[in-house]
Amino acid sequence: MNNDFFTNSVYIISSVLFAFGLKFLGSPVTARRGNMLSALGMFLAVLATLVNGHIINFQWILIGIIIGASLGALVAFKAAMTQMPEMIALLHGCGAMASVFVDWTAYHVHGATDLTNAITLYLSIVIGGLTVTGSAIAWGKLSENIPGKPILFTGQKWLNGAIITAIVILGIMFLLQTTRYDLFLIILGLSLFFGIFMVIPIGGADMPVVISVLNSYSGIVACTTGFVIHNTLLIVVGSLVGANGIILSIIMCKAMNRSIGNVIFGAFGSVIKKTVTDKKKEAKAIPVEDAFLILENAKSVVIIPGYGMAVAQAQHAVRELSELLESNGCDVKYAIHPVAGRMPGHMNVLLAEANIPYDQLMEMDAINPLMDTVDVAIVIGANDVVNPASRTDTSSPIYGMPIIAADKAKTVFVLKRSMATGFAGIENELFYYDNCRMIFGDAKQTLQALVAEFKSSQQH
Amino acid sequence: MDLIYLLFILALSVFLGFALISRVPPLLHTPLMSEANAICGIIVVGALIAAGAEANSPLTIFLGTSAVALATFNVVGGYLVTERMLKMFKKKS
Repeated sequence: MNNDFFTNSVYIISSVLFAFGLKFLGSPVTARRGNMLSALGMFLAVLATLVNGHIINFQWILIGIIIGASLGALVAFKAAMTQMPEMIALLHGCGAMASVFVDWTAYHVHGATDLTNAITLYLSIVIGGLTVTGSAIAWGKLSENIPGKPILFTGQKWLNGAIITAIVILGIMFLLQTTRYDLFLIILGLSLFFGIFMVIPIGGADMPVVISVLNSYSGIVACTTGFVIHNTLLIVVGSLVGANGIILSIIMCKAMNRSIGNVIFGAFGSVIKKTVTDKKKEAKAIPVEDAFLILENAKSVVIIPGYGMAVAQAQHAVRELSELLESNGCDVKYAIHPVAGRMPGHMNVLLAEANIPYDQLMEMDAINPLMDTVDVAIVIGANDVVNPASRTDTSSPIYGMPIIAADKAKTVFVLKRSMATGFAGIENELFYYDNCRMIFGDAKQTLQALVAEFKSSQQH
Repeated sequence: MDLIYLLFILALSVFLGFALISRVPPLLHTPLMSEANAICGIIVVGALIAAGAEANSPLTIFLGTSAVALATFNVVGGYLVTERMLKMFKKKS
């Protein structure tokens, strides 16, 4: 009893430290301190659990910790910043699987002690199971081990409906007869199946939402497991993480002008109508030398990066160009759309990695009112997030999606390989605007060419 | 422990979560998510009890040890990668 009192007291301290960890993430200045405090909270919680007296056997714990810690450290140091979304998906899956295993152990050893216990156990293995395989599929899509395109087959909706119905019916049977170990295992198996079918029809462009939703599931599972094993700390942390996932999902959906239901059940890729262009329009290309002359005279430049910039590995070339512009007396800002990367905040991390100071990174809502004062907007590897059709064309699939108002700048440069469409497969009328000039070619090479022009002009 | 107390904790924690996380700027949403992963590894405390309790059968040893490994992976991987990302955010000198 005294031991439990001690452990629970430490759990309170840990909860407070976790809360401070999240609070300090409110600013990049304090964020690292927050992360340290949070890690301290985790360390204390583990220590307090180990000395509690319920634990008799330490050898397996040691083996588990050594394996987990070494793999965790390895992955954390080796993962490239472009691979962050897959790493996060992997972590979601591992956390959920750990929860499911803890639930299973609890059921195996104690059975379901009462109805509440049975209900939380059921919820826990269902959400946990689908999070495990859903995250695995998301990881596969993000790392391109499985095709990122939506995978659709006939009868998909029926199959999903059948699985859900089975999970519900078997769940009711399980609650009525909680000793049925076979039902427990079948429900877990079906949930694992469902996770696969839930994520497989979702396209690569929707992954920011999927990751956020899975994040909230992994929190909810920790929470339900807390109810199963009567652990308050799990409930607190699970709620924090669950709230995190929900908030990020909402932000991502708003940024794409979609509802969560539409992302999960809609399979974006399948409903695209080709917009027919009636007029024959032509985009105007500009050679690098002429682009340089305009940039040399610009007083303010806004760079609008998209994931294409990261694919071309052009971040460092971007930084070099922006430093040269600044030494030329120009004000340089970056406009970051919420879905510019593959997960929430991804673009900021990619730019920070290239040593671009974070005070130059502007959110969409902060930069848009200033866009008509900007001399040059440079769009690098972004497409749909600057498409003005979202404001004007009610027939466009992206109508209503918030965009960065690149078209308001005096001149717009679009760095692009070809006239191909973006993720949404929609033509971008910005390219045909009078103030827009295309610079065709590999983004990195184009930027390096601009940098070279600047350097040679400085020498003369 | 009484169910009602656990629900009480749940309600307040959800509220706390929404209050804290809505203040995190989009700039830090990726580290936020990796830190959320790290603290989600708190399931390790349940895993420790599962792996170290008395009267183990081979199945519970396997489940418990795997759970400890998976949760530790989350904790260590999550915190280290968050630190790695946060270290990159620099103000203009």
